[in-house]
Amino acid sequence: MRISLHIWRQSKKSTKANFKQDGKMVRYQLDHVSPDMSFLEMLDVLNEQLTKKGEEPVAFDHDCREGVCGSCGVMIDGEAHGPESGTTTCQLHMRSFRDGAEIWVEPWRAAAFPVVKDLVVDRSAFDRVVQSGAFISVNTGAPQDANAIPVPKADADRAFDAATCIGCGACVAACKNASAMLFVGAKVSHFLHLPQGRVEREQRARHLVAAMDQEGFGNCTNQNECEAACPKEIPVRVIAEMNREFVRAKVRQEPVSSKRVGGDG
Amino acid sequence: MTWLTDFWRSSIGGKVTMAVTGVLLFGFVVAHLLGNLLLLAGPDAINSYAKWLHDKGPLLWVARIGLIAIFLLHIVTAIRLSRANKVARPVAYAKEATMQASMASRSMLWSGLSLLVFVVYHLLHFTFGVTNAEHFAKKAAPSTAAWNGHDVHAMVVASFQVPVIAIAYAAFQLVLFLHLLHGLQSFAQTLGVHHARYTPMIKKLSVLLAAAIAGGNVLLALSVLLGLVKGAA
Amino acid sequence: MNLDARIPDGPLEQKWENRKFEQKLVSPANKRKYKVLVVGSGLAGASAAASMAELGYQVECFCFQDSPRRAHSIAAQGGINAAKNYRNDGDSIQRLFYDTVKGGDFRAREANVYRLAQLSVNIIDQAVAAGVPFAREYGGLLDNRSFGGAQVSRTFYARGQTGQQLLLGAYAALSRQIGLKTVKMFPRTEMLDLVLVDGHAKGIVVRDLETGEIRSHAADAVVLATGGYGPVFYLSTNAKGCNVTATWRAHKRGAGFANPCYTQIHPTCIPVSGDHQSKLTLMSESLRNDGRIWVPMKPSDKRKPADIPDAERDYYLERKYPSYGNLAPRDIASRAAMTVCEEGRGIGDTGLGVFLDFRDSIQRVGKQAIAAKYGNLFHMYAKITAEDPYAQPMRIFPAVHYTMGGLWVDYDLQSNVPGLFVLGEANFSDHGSNRLGASALMQGLADGYFVIPYTIGGYLAGQKAGAIKPDHPEFGKIAAGVRDMTKRLLAINGKRTVDDFHKALGKIMWSKCGMSRNEKGLNEALREIPALRAEFWQDVKVVGSEMTMNQSLERAGRVADFLEFGELLCRDALERRESCGGHFREEWQDGGEAKRDDVNFCHVAVWEHRGEGQPPVRHQEPLAFDNVHLAVRSYK
Repeated sequence: MRISLHIWRQSKKSTKANFKQDGKMVRYQLDHVSPDMSFLEMLDVLNEQLTKKGEEPVAFDHDCREGVCGSCGVMIDGEAHGPESGTTTCQLHMRSFRDGAEIWVEPWRAAAFPVVKDLVVDRSAFDRVVQSGAFISVNTGAPQDANAIPVPKADADRAFDAATCIGCGACVAACKNASAMLFVGAKVSHFLHLPQGRVEREQRARHLVAAMDQEGFGNCTNQNECEAACPKEIPVRVIAEMNREFVRAKVRQEPVSSKRVGGDG
Repeated sequence: MTWLTDFWRSSIGGKVTMAVTGVLLFGFVVAHLLGNLLLLAGPDAINSYAKWLHDKGPLLWVARIGLIAIFLLHIVTAIRLSRANKVARPVAYAKEATMQASMASRSMLWSGLSLLVFVVYHLLHFTFGVTNAEHFAKKAAPSTAAWNGHDVHAMVVASFQVPVIAIAYAAFQLVLFLHLLHGLQSFAQTLGVHHARYTPMIKKLSVLLAAAIAGGNVLLALSVLLGLVKGAA
Repeated sequence: MNLDARIPDGPLEQKWENRKFEQKLVSPANKRKYKVLVVGSGLAGASAAASMAELGYQVECFCFQDSPRRAHSIAAQGGINAAKNYRNDGDSIQRLFYDTVKGGDFRAREANVYRLAQLSVNIIDQAVAAGVPFAREYGGLLDNRSFGGAQVSRTFYARGQTGQQLLLGAYAALSRQIGLKTVKMFPRTEMLDLVLVDGHAKGIVVRDLETGEIRSHAADAVVLATGGYGPVFYLSTNAKGCNVTATWRAHKRGAGFANPCYTQIHPTCIPVSGDHQSKLTLMSESLRNDGRIWVPMKPSDKRKPADIPDAERDYYLERKYPSYGNLAPRDIASRAAMTVCEEGRGIGDTGLGVFLDFRDSIQRVGKQAIAAKYGNLFHMYAKITAEDPYAQPMRIFPAVHYTMGGLWVDYDLQSNVPGLFVLGEANFSDHGSNRLGASALMQGLADGYFVIPYTIGGYLAGQKAGAIKPDHPEFGKIAAGVRDMTKRLLAINGKRTVDDFHKALGKIMWSKCGMSRNEKGLNEALREIPALRAEFWQDVKVVGSEMTMNQSLERAGRVADFLEFGELLCRDALERRESCGGHFREEWQDGGEAKRDDVNFCHVAVWEHRGEGQPPVRHQEPLAFDNVHLAVRSYK
């Protein structure tokens, strides 16, 4: 196959004041692309060519190359992770493109995801959101027997559906508003459906939403682009659940009292 | 109070504000249409309805101020959220694609702003009598007049007999339809209702409701234009 | 080299209790004065960092990925073993212990393995409490399935993403501590050297992969949880970033490297499709619960699988190993696949493949039930091969998957360098010469959650807190060396790319030190690898600069280490003149079955680095089997 690529090249990290830096789209041509190659293997071939010519190879994040680590992810012709549904960039194969195709490859675009270099973005905003409350506060030690609390299978399955999130950021990239609500909703939903997670549901909902807002993600307008882009096909149901949890937590929140210790803000 | 403003300022608080004010405005649109449908029942019906409203006096003003407040909150929140959304994506994609977002959902800001313009015109036209003062000035016999001798029926009929006005009103109903459609479809989701069985039902019902509102309004304009509703001889 | 394993006294089942009791403790108020560096954020690293921070230690954690959540533990599919006996099928700690020792072909330390089996039950409790959504039955209790090398159902799973869910649990615990500011996280940071002060590990030198900055971090102890070295073979099921750099550079600073030749070839991976291939994708061992492995009876039978009647199919695992059947351990299943391919009965265009067939299971329980168990694996297979595994059998072939060898550690997981602890796949400890399926997750989490938090105290209690600072001259010296190597790599500006060298090394390793090894091939490899390494240092081309993100430079450093390490691996394989588990020497076999030499090789081989140009020295830690009978492994 012959493939033409238009790839975003940027050498300096984006800043708030200068998000684009010196970046621009550059056109490359590849003449011998096998349809059995994955999209990233195609980029490998390009990088080998560039290196041999003494040009800097295209930087892109990738690791497991089997769709589970969430490292990879680029906008391909305007679609996060490319044209196939339920697929990460590393699982996308060139057989999904026609011979002679012109392909546009861009990094995730969001104020909360500054571009580090070329196609590599900084997704640490996701980590900070998780650090604010996407966990169950149990120390390592001696919890009760794993089977002490039965969990209805339907609940466990729902929790699992949300927990399949790989944190790739495609939802933010695909959202017309660069909102992270599918990601954060998935965290809320994962713990909401487990009895162990329900103990601290209120502060979790408040903290996660506050952290999300602080990172500068946009707002959900229920267009469901995230759901279509998600390589793990996480449903927008999780956003509804987060909305409900947040409202519930806000309504039930008591004013901070100086008489009591241990409020959670 | 900070509790409330904090809530409003949060992303989800903003969405919830949009949903709640939106559904209240929808309620108004429904009531507005039901009242106006009396046009089809003849001059007496609609004029006495208008009179009934006017006789409420201070209560009417409470309702109006409430409505204006809701309307403003809806607009201000929308502007705040839209601006935040623009800021959240500082660099646009060189190649854009849309996977499953509906036209209605993508045009909410545009349709909302258009509706704002339309509402202003609509108020200038039928409430303040600025744009077509001659229609507003139509008087009826005291026994049938709405108030101060106003003849609502005659005013509306005279207006919609002008093809440009009738067609413009009808055309704006398409915008209203799109806005209501996405608004209604989003409402439950934003307030946290999502269910494999009910969500598809809500989506279908939204189409029906939005179409009923827009269709009802179109019916009013067109029934005059096509001569099905005639002015008093 | 001091190779005292420091195994506690007492009967097997009391040893861990005894160690915990005799261990010196650090009081809660003093814990916060000690700093521990944890390199790696996979199951072992994340759980260790979180658990030590919970105890009160200051922890700094490093990973080369952009987030600790992406460590390669995440890709483990099938499950995690635990001796819960929830199935009522006769499982026990003793049985898990025995299965693991036997599965490892009697080349692991009894005491370590027993502790692992004991801790297995705590891991499941901990994970469930942390919100790991394991598969459940309708009654709300946890479900289990079977894995290779076991005749009981003791594997807990979360669809085909058990590693992901467990890692996310450990990552959540780690994130909680980062939020509480007890752990300082350094993502996109690669450890490039270990710093010893007076013979004790007191810090590391790292490169910030985003800015290129070389930095020193000092501490009271260093914990390596940096995973295995599978990519020395280039193609493997490991992530592209997996590397030997941290452990190799620690080895060069004095840590013994144990049993590097113990590498695991996983029997069920998607076969190679072409030269462009950058990695191999595993199809979970759990598929062997319901899939049947076969090849045609006749060589070069190119009929469609559906057209081959049962009478002309050879379900060779069921035939050779009737009691374990398709659930024979990995090394045995891999070699059996290789044997039928060598007989010309392999399938597919390359003849390097066998069928994994779900026809009978789909007939028995229905397509839906199969989809519920393995849906995401089938989906993954279909994505990669463009074939529908519900309609035709999967094509599979063995691939490098896990490495049992690693830095030598004692019972406390401390290497021979005091203050240097090694956890998870990076150490050599619990799997002998072959790891059973669903045991890697168990070991990583046991080490991180339940072993290191106790044993590190024993070391720290004897150390003065915060004695060494990053301005100690040793840091400056070692950081200068790291800078120097970076500059050298960039300066060569030769003609061949880093990947080119990596692929060349992989070819040597796979053909001469892969699934089966012999003296001739190993000697050839021992000549070819140094030659390739010399060429690398003369002709590699690394473009770009030092003080910026430079992915080629990162890879170049890792490949440079693989080029040194590969030689040690082959040397170890040559010197281990027996066959055991994943190490199969053609000279020592019994009709295709591995033939151990317990008289001469019932020991751990521990290699000492003696400096460039000097041959490494092979030491031995003898293995004693007091509780299990040293027997020929039989799965028939």
